[in-house]
Amino acid sequence: MSASSAFNEEKMGSSSVGEAEYAYDPVSGKIFSSDYNRHDDLKEMLDSNKDSLKLEAMKRIVAMIARGKNASDLFPAVVKNVACKNIEVKKLVYVYLVRYAEEQQDLALLSISTFQRGLKDPNQLIRASALRVLSSIRVTIIVPIMMLAIKEAASDMSPYVRKTAAHAIPKLYSLDPEQKDQLIEVIEKLLADKTTLVAGSVVMAFEEVCPERIDLIHKNYRKLCNLLIDVEEWGQVVIINMLTRYARTQFLNPNLNESLLEDGGSGDKTFYGSDEDEDDDEKENKEKAEAAALAKRKPYVMDPDHRLLLRNTKPLLQSRNAAVVMAVAQLYFHLAPKAEVGVIAKALVRLLRSHSEVQFVVLQNVATMTIRRRGMFEPYLKSFYIRSTDPTLIKILKLEVLTNLANETNISTILREFQTYIKSMDKDFVAATIQAIGRCATNIGEVRDTCLNGLVQLLSNRDELVVAESVVVIKKLLQMQPEKHSDIIKHMAKLTDNIQVPMARASILWLIGEYCEHVPKIAPDVLRKMAKSFTYEEDIVKLQILNLAAKLYLTNSKQTKLLTQYVLNLAKYDQNYDIRDRARFIRQLIVPTEKSGALSKYAKKLFLALKPAPVLESPFKDRDHFQLGSLSHLLNAKAGGYQELPDWPEAAPDPSVRNVEVPEWTKCSSREKRKEKKVEKPFYSDSEGESGPTESADSETNSASASDSASDSEQSRSSSESEESDEGSESEEEKENKNKKKVVKKAVKESESEQSSEEENRKLEKKIKQQEKDSETVSDDEESDSESSQSTSEDSESEAEVKKKAPVSRTPPKPVKKEKKEMSLLDLDDFEPATSPQVTPISTLLSNSLVTDLEGLSLSDSVLAPSTITPSGTLKSYELLHRITGEGLSVEYCFGRQPFSPDANMVAVQLQFTNNSTSETKNLHMKDVKLQSGMRVKEFPEIELLPAGDTASAVMGIDFCDSTQAANLQLCTSTRKFFVSIQPPVGELMRPVFLTENEFKREQGQLMGMNELTEKLILDAKYRNEHAIVQRVTTAAHLSRVPCGSDNECSPSVPPPDHPAHRFAGRTVTSGSLVLVTVATGEEGVAQLTVNCEKMVIGTMLVKDILLALTQ
Amino acid sequence: MIHSLFLINASGDIFLEKHWKSVVSRSVCDYFFEAQERATEPENVPPVIPTPHHYLISVLRHRIYFVAVIQSEVPPLFVIEFLHRVVDTFQDYFGVCTEAAIKDNVVVVYELLEEMLDNGFPLATESNILKELIKPPTILRTMVNTITGSTNVGEQLPTGQLSVVPWRRTGVKYTNNEAYFDVVEEIDAIIDKSGSTITAEIQGVIDACVKLTGMPDLTLSFMNPRLLDDVSFHPCVRFKRWEAERILSFIPPDGNFRLLSYHVSSQNLVAIPVYVKHNITFREGSSQGRFDLTLGPKQTMGKAVESVLVSSQLPRGVLNANLNPSQGAYTFDPVTKLLTWDVGKINPQKLPNLKGTMNLQAGASKPDENPTINIQFKIQQMAISGLKVNRLDMYGEKYKPFKGIKYMTKAGKFQVRTYQHFLMVQTSM
Repeated sequence: MSASSAFNEEKMGSSSVGEAEYAYDPVSGKIFSSDYNRHDDLKEMLDSNKDSLKLEAMKRIVAMIARGKNASDLFPAVVKNVACKNIEVKKLVYVYLVRYAEEQQDLALLSISTFQRGLKDPNQLIRASALRVLSSIRVTIIVPIMMLAIKEAASDMSPYVRKTAAHAIPKLYSLDPEQKDQLIEVIEKLLADKTTLVAGSVVMAFEEVCPERIDLIHKNYRKLCNLLIDVEEWGQVVIINMLTRYARTQFLNPNLNESLLEDGGSGDKTFYGSDEDEDDDEKENKEKAEAAALAKRKPYVMDPDHRLLLRNTKPLLQSRNAAVVMAVAQLYFHLAPKAEVGVIAKALVRLLRSHSEVQFVVLQNVATMTIRRRGMFEPYLKSFYIRSTDPTLIKILKLEVLTNLANETNISTILREFQTYIKSMDKDFVAATIQAIGRCATNIGEVRDTCLNGLVQLLSNRDELVVAESVVVIKKLLQMQPEKHSDIIKHMAKLTDNIQVPMARASILWLIGEYCEHVPKIAPDVLRKMAKSFTYEEDIVKLQILNLAAKLYLTNSKQTKLLTQYVLNLAKYDQNYDIRDRARFIRQLIVPTEKSGALSKYAKKLFLALKPAPVLESPFKDRDHFQLGSLSHLLNAKAGGYQELPDWPEAAPDPSVRNVEVPEWTKCSSREKRKEKKVEKPFYSDSEGESGPTESADSETNSASASDSASDSEQSRSSSESEESDEGSESEEEKENKNKKKVVKKAVKESESEQSSEEENRKLEKKIKQQEKDSETVSDDEESDSESSQSTSEDSESEAEVKKKAPVSRTPPKPVKKEKKEMSLLDLDDFEPATSPQVTPISTLLSNSLVTDLEGLSLSDSVLAPSTITPSGTLKSYELLHRITGEGLSVEYCFGRQPFSPDANMVAVQLQFTNNSTSETKNLHMKDVKLQSGMRVKEFPEIELLPAGDTASAVMGIDFCDSTQAANLQLCTSTRKFFVSIQPPVGELMRPVFLTENEFKREQGQLMGMNELTEKLILDAKYRNEHAIVQRVTTAAHLSRVPCGSDNECSPSVPPPDHPAHRFAGRTVTSGSLVLVTVATGEEGVAQLTVNCEKMVIGTMLVKDILLALTQ
Repeated sequence: MIHSLFLINASGDIFLEKHWKSVVSRSVCDYFFEAQERATEPENVPPVIPTPHHYLISVLRHRIYFVAVIQSEVPPLFVIEFLHRVVDTFQDYFGVCTEAAIKDNVVVVYELLEEMLDNGFPLATESNILKELIKPPTILRTMVNTITGSTNVGEQLPTGQLSVVPWRRTGVKYTNNEAYFDVVEEIDAIIDKSGSTITAEIQGVIDACVKLTGMPDLTLSFMNPRLLDDVSFHPCVRFKRWEAERILSFIPPDGNFRLLSYHVSSQNLVAIPVYVKHNITFREGSSQGRFDLTLGPKQTMGKAVESVLVSSQLPRGVLNANLNPSQGAYTFDPVTKLLTWDVGKINPQKLPNLKGTMNLQAGASKPDENPTINIQFKIQQMAISGLKVNRLDMYGEKYKPFKGIKYMTKAGKFQVRTYQHFLMVQTSM
């Protein structure tokens, strides 16, 4: 509101409502200066019909509130406008209402109905804002209404409204703590929420309302860990702090047997290995643990959930938000094994570049950390060097850190640095530096003499403060080895003539008194001088004079008897009662009279007892019993509402409380560890899958174990993919040759555990695939034979020129292709019938899927253009709903690659439902689909009943608009709703078209330049043959082969040309853009992959996918 | 969490207050004023002050104290970080964050604070979301608003809060699509009297100004990403991609934002672009001191060192300085004893020099301490660490954006110590 606007106001005002005075600047405060009825004009404006006038009035009122002026008498006039149509007026009325409702409770009730109406609004944002204001009005009468509104909002469809509900919980709690029980119920419900939006807010509510109910976290622990990276930054802080406390109650101390291991002679360096590679780490850990077990020690094995927390918080050290970084740092400090804590140092040092307030807090925490874990910050010593421009607060904290970091190796550099500080103009800082030198000297014996010498030199400094501080520190140092330093004491005795700072004088006197035997000649002289000036001294000095006199009387009474009596007499009439008391006490004690008691015999012992040297300690010692980063830690006092950081439990509580259902792997816990790990490892990705559906496109980052494979595409991969690539790399590296054995073993294990987890299956499948490949290459010759025979037998299906796929006997080839992975178990049967006879695929599943396939077949028969060529290769299926998330219902999907008959622009998605629960599921259908713009979905027909243990399948169509964005859907049963998302690999977004080689080349010529992407690659020796290439490309993308000029691929006897080019063609499903792929092979497996597509994004992603497929 | 907020100006007036829970009397600030009085310098007021019933957590920015009132345990950094975010937002909205600007826009300020905190817990702190809710005031908009009676509160609801990329506004449209990146590096160094480096490190940031239509997905890659020792990202950056490939992949917020800040550690050798020859002496018994300072370029890779500014806090005993600069102008404030010399550009052929005498108080003894020299400078078109952006690619949108990358090196906390060590450690330890 600049001057110009004020001018406009004036004009506007005079034109509309003449009498109102608008010339006042609403913010400068002039309006408050004069007349008493100053609010009349505002009232009039608020009553008017014009929004602009109302707005102006509200702005002025808000300005008053902002300045802290009382505007409460306007309440009736303002509250009338709560239902105003103008958004800004409404918002300002809300501001006013929230500010004054508490004072005008009756009138505030008038507004409630407006908000209640708002709570029913179809727009989620209006519902949310209504709840927000309603819950902010602190009027006790409406508590039941608020409670109801919160409960309703907690089960709202919109996560944003649920978030607002979470925010409202602490508001209601502070208004009426009696509602606690009911609120906890709501919190419990919201904690189970799976969206990132809600997570931070509900944990905040949990912390405010019921931080002691740690049991509510169990079931949500893994989910929170996995969601963490996608939660907004403020929520992250709250969650991390809460999880730190949780972990302290649930897991074992990872550093407990540190000392034991050191005893055993094996340094703990190798124990955890590098913290970068956690898998290695764990293996090593295991080996070590086994070794330790042999030595009859209880091995420490980190709970996988503990590891999960550490792993998922680590990336947050890179947050731009200092509070998040600090939260992670404290979590690592309190929870991580010693060897891993180091990672936080770098991030904390980075924060030192931030605003000085941030530095202040960080340095406080670093100071505490350096006491417990000095090594962590040693490499960053120089980052704590002090600049003359630092504020004093920061300087002193840095000094503290430097002192804590000092050890034998770096002390000389630190001392050199300290010397420059002593020359600073900031005297408080200089004093602190001298103290710091003293502490270094006490802690590190080697430099004690050097420091002492340096400090003695400081005694001749011109600045009295410096001298005084030095005296105090020297006094403490001398106490350690007085006999060696009588010359220093003499030197200091001389200082009494000049030095005026009371503390320093007192220190000198104390020193002389204490060590008067070392300076027998000087001491009485000092006392003589002091007796002279006694009356002018400060109290603290007087006390020390008395002290000195007493000590001298006891050791050297001949010379000092009279002096002592003189001093005692002076003290007797001192103004200060302390000094009078002391004098009386000393006189009784040391001067022997007839009445003096037994004590005087021991006077010498009392005064000249050997006093232990003071320990110069950091003020930050033992502060770490407060949770780091907390307000309580900073103040070193318990702040209100602080939750104690619990001690580690002696024995780990039952880890199964965190399992979300009664899962089978707890049964395995009794087995040998190796097995246990195998079983539990996929669990992570499992729960990631669980949290997956409602998350953002790049949510895969939370599956980020550092060791995960690097091949990350722009879009998220499904967790199953990452799982596989993980496995793949593993098997490639070390287990290739053991493959067969593994598979057999696996299969046996498989059949052992009756309920095999899906992940196990997937792994198994992977192994089998590997094996398939192996055997493929071995039997290359036969293959082509059987292939040709096949192609003759199959011409009914299509008159395909190319038919490249793994030969599978007996079963009709098409269904096998579309089979889900369970079919690969069958394949295994085919390959190794003897070894795994127990593998029994569920028969209903088989029959069902066969039925679907047949359906698919019939569909394709009717629609299939003769030019379309069915691709080959096994189909990958993806998890849509995990059986744990789905409460027994699991859904998988795969891209069947048959055209979707109701709409040719849609991609057919085949869904497979399995009911693993004990009760039947009813009315399975898709509902209320929320899609990205342009996407369309054709739902599958409702499945009315799915009996327990049964499976069913359905086909639905999705038009993805040629993008790999996930389609977010809602899957409903009669009782539950699940948010799910289907994400197509880019290769499924196209359908094959038939082109001749010439057509292909012509089209390719039109898609040059920007639309052409080329990538070089080297093919593995085993997969250089044409068959492998074609199979891999068509598996990766739904394309058809373009026949070459020669028909060599039909007759294997004709040798292929030296460097054949394989061409594939397709069109994207929605827009029909051409997709042309060429793989040209050369010498030594060198190949060139070219993709021509006018959709560059599709092209780029396709190149990646095919490249991956070809080189894997 | 945050109960109330008070804004206090340099002269100790509370000029704005906002309460999120029940009202806390402004008399709570008396504890703050007490602490302020005790502190010698404004920046020495402790950021956290306990009072009998509350805790005050404050930050000082632009000579305004932002004092938050807390009632129970909360991570102090949480509050501090939030307060800084508030200041950043004000700065973003009003261009400057001064008392006058806040007073002029008090309604917008209030609306902003209302949206940023709910019951003391941060709600919307992303500037893109806030701008969707509350339009920043411009002169034009103020004019239009007063004439047409329209408002600067966004009509549409904050859809950004629901989006999967909460930092980006929806429906962004530009006719010129541009993306600019500034790589700015600051050298923090302490140079000792003899000219050798005690500690030096480089702190860099990449600030971006992205004005692109729609939902662009950008990737930025470096020629030498291994150089970066420690990084922190804007939330839009995909962390995993960085871990795996050292590529920055992100959907940018609209407008200005800090993409990345990084640190090149002191372990690497840091090039120091300027050197200082100095001779500042006070003789015993004389009331005069000598001052002689020469600057020169050192490792600048052929680039000019510009905007050089030398400042030094002279000892308290110095009454005035009588100096003669070979270029630029110098000022000496006899009250604060601050000497500043605006050098400008360093010409390697004729090195800038400042020479002359300092007068001490008559009879005063020679000052113990020698001043520290703080130097500021800028070097355009160079990142001193050698960091180079390799390429910037855009996916997800069809148009071709205009891309620009600028490099700059600045002095951060660049200090030269002129004092000798006092002779404590003669023996080699």
